[in-house]
Amino acid sequence: MSKPLLSVEGLVKHFRLDPRGLFERSPILRAVDGIDFDVMPGETLGLVGESGCGKSTTARLVLRLIEPTAGSVRLNDVDVLACSKRELLTLRREMQIVFQDPLSSLNPRMSVGNSIAEPLRFHHIGDKVERFERARQFLEVVGLSTNYYDRLPHEFSGGQNQRVAIARALILQPKLLILDEPVSALDVSIRAQVLRLLIDLQSEFGLTYIFISHDLSVVKRVCNRTAVLYLGKIVEIAESEGLYREPLHPYAQALIRAIPEANPDGPRADSLAGIEGDVPSPVNPPKGCRFHTRCPHRMPICSEQEPPLKDMGDGHHVACFLH
Amino acid sequence: MTEPVLRVRNLKTHFKLRTGTLKAVDGLSFELHAGRVLCIVGESGSGKSVTAQSIMRLIEPPGMIVEGEITFGHQDLLSMTERQMEGLRGNQIGMIFQDPMTSLNPVFTIGEQIIETIITHRGMKRGEARERAIELMRLVGIPEPEGRLVDYPHQFSGGMRQRVLIAIAIACEPDILIADEPTTALDVTIQAQILRLLADIQKKLGSAMILITHDLGVVSAMADDVLVMYSGRMVEYGDVKTVFRNPRHPYTMGLLNSIIRLEDSKDSELRSISGLPPIPIDPPPGCAFRDRCDKAIVLCGEQDPPAIPTKTGSTAVCHVVGAEEAGAEVQS
Repeated sequence: MSKPLLSVEGLVKHFRLDPRGLFERSPILRAVDGIDFDVMPGETLGLVGESGCGKSTTARLVLRLIEPTAGSVRLNDVDVLACSKRELLTLRREMQIVFQDPLSSLNPRMSVGNSIAEPLRFHHIGDKVERFERARQFLEVVGLSTNYYDRLPHEFSGGQNQRVAIARALILQPKLLILDEPVSALDVSIRAQVLRLLIDLQSEFGLTYIFISHDLSVVKRVCNRTAVLYLGKIVEIAESEGLYREPLHPYAQALIRAIPEANPDGPRADSLAGIEGDVPSPVNPPKGCRFHTRCPHRMPICSEQEPPLKDMGDGHHVACFLH
Repeated sequence: MTEPVLRVRNLKTHFKLRTGTLKAVDGLSFELHAGRVLCIVGESGSGKSVTAQSIMRLIEPPGMIVEGEITFGHQDLLSMTERQMEGLRGNQIGMIFQDPMTSLNPVFTIGEQIIETIITHRGMKRGEARERAIELMRLVGIPEPEGRLVDYPHQFSGGMRQRVLIAIAIACEPDILIADEPTTALDVTIQAQILRLLADIQKKLGSAMILITHDLGVVSAMADDVLVMYSGRMVEYGDVKTVFRNPRHPYTMGLLNSIIRLEDSKDSELRSISGLPPIPIDPPPGCAFRDRCDKAIVLCGEQDPPAIPTKTGSTAVCHVVGAEEAGAEVQS
């Protein structure tokens, strides 16, 4: 068995919010509250969950764009959290991120070609001519014509700008690419084009992906393994096929069954399986299992103790007292 | 078939821009029948939201309804005064928008906003209106409605805010409910709750509903009829089961094929429609989809395609379908 490229252990991020009153203690938002996972070289790990589950915070913690409250992140056995500022800069060449909205991550006044070349300049790689050539090459890598070098982001469609953002993330030839909702802002007919590109690039450059999305169908299609998050915790993690065929955690089951299918014989709205209630606030998450307030199978123990992530065999782990 | 509650004929809503005329909606016709749910589906820029805003007469300059008829019952909406329209909006036609935070006023309590709608349109006394507001909040599944009347919008979750908007929209038991991407901003488990609620309310009130969405899964769960839009025009229309089982327009087929489904295996083909949708600024004649269409024939670039009634009962606006239905060999 090969060694993981990325190893995350006991990762915690608490945000201290402003106190509401003069004499009140500042409330703590538990965005990520103790999660562990490994990512193997060349694989795609999906992180799914609804808003506020901590999936995007996890991405930022792994890259150390924000400082964790506790835990460890190791990339190729290098302790990301123990790095000095300078070491971190070098390390960032190995791991890059692509965000959901390319327009807000690209400089609107910089040509897309220069945007792609920017990371090279920042890391003092090559001279001006080399950087220009390299950026042209990466325009082609993501399926855009080199003639587009001087275009500005507003002249491009959402899908084309996302290709530019991908080219910029890849130009340093990272090992790990974090994709944070990379196709969520794109139209259905365009989405598959970008996903296909990502899959092709992965085999071409031997990339490892962490793929974050709220869209379970997309995650299942592109990820080898999937972790389901709820209120800052992993409730289930498994091979994607197995997880979607037979989800074990009641939340994972609800999440999968709540998706309306584009199928003339699929369920109508009145028979869409759903779970009641809202996601509780991460400021005061429920005691015990965080899902117990909405769980159809809750037992007395669920509100008292936190269920540990239990190994069910074949790498399938679930945090639920039912199992 | 009964008299339709709403009839839209050759609607054209154009926006005069410096670069030309953006024909956001360009010659759209459809009918809406009582008790039925019509889903208008399309991608960004297809004109689906502008259609809803046109029906509500909420188009603002540089936009303008330049042509067409919108008939509600026996009333011609396009010749009504703004005052008459105000009496209609929120009363006989209820609206639900995508982002409940921007449709609710942040400085008034939820109770005041529901009660105000009831007083304005129904002329009820405040006490009566308050009772009705509580009843409505209970109906849309807001727990402890008496206590929550005094809360402000920011104290509600996204899903709960959408329930409040639904309560306001149905306060006057409208004949038509127009919902524009009502669940797009919500998480999937909450979306399932809201879709169930909308379907339930629509059945209880027996009103007609226009639901605008980009999500074909939502269409499948909600629609009786579906209207597919592309670049400001209708490309296909029909009973949802017919259109989904047997799509005829190449765009509808492409769209249905592009969906990534949960049952897809990891090595199934990822299909998409090549190219990009055109921006309909001073569009040339012919079918707007022709450049992305793998069935396009010469005629598609020359003449606007006609609406072809198909054998299965749907309508496809397409030259190629026209030839296929006529039994001719089509050469692309």
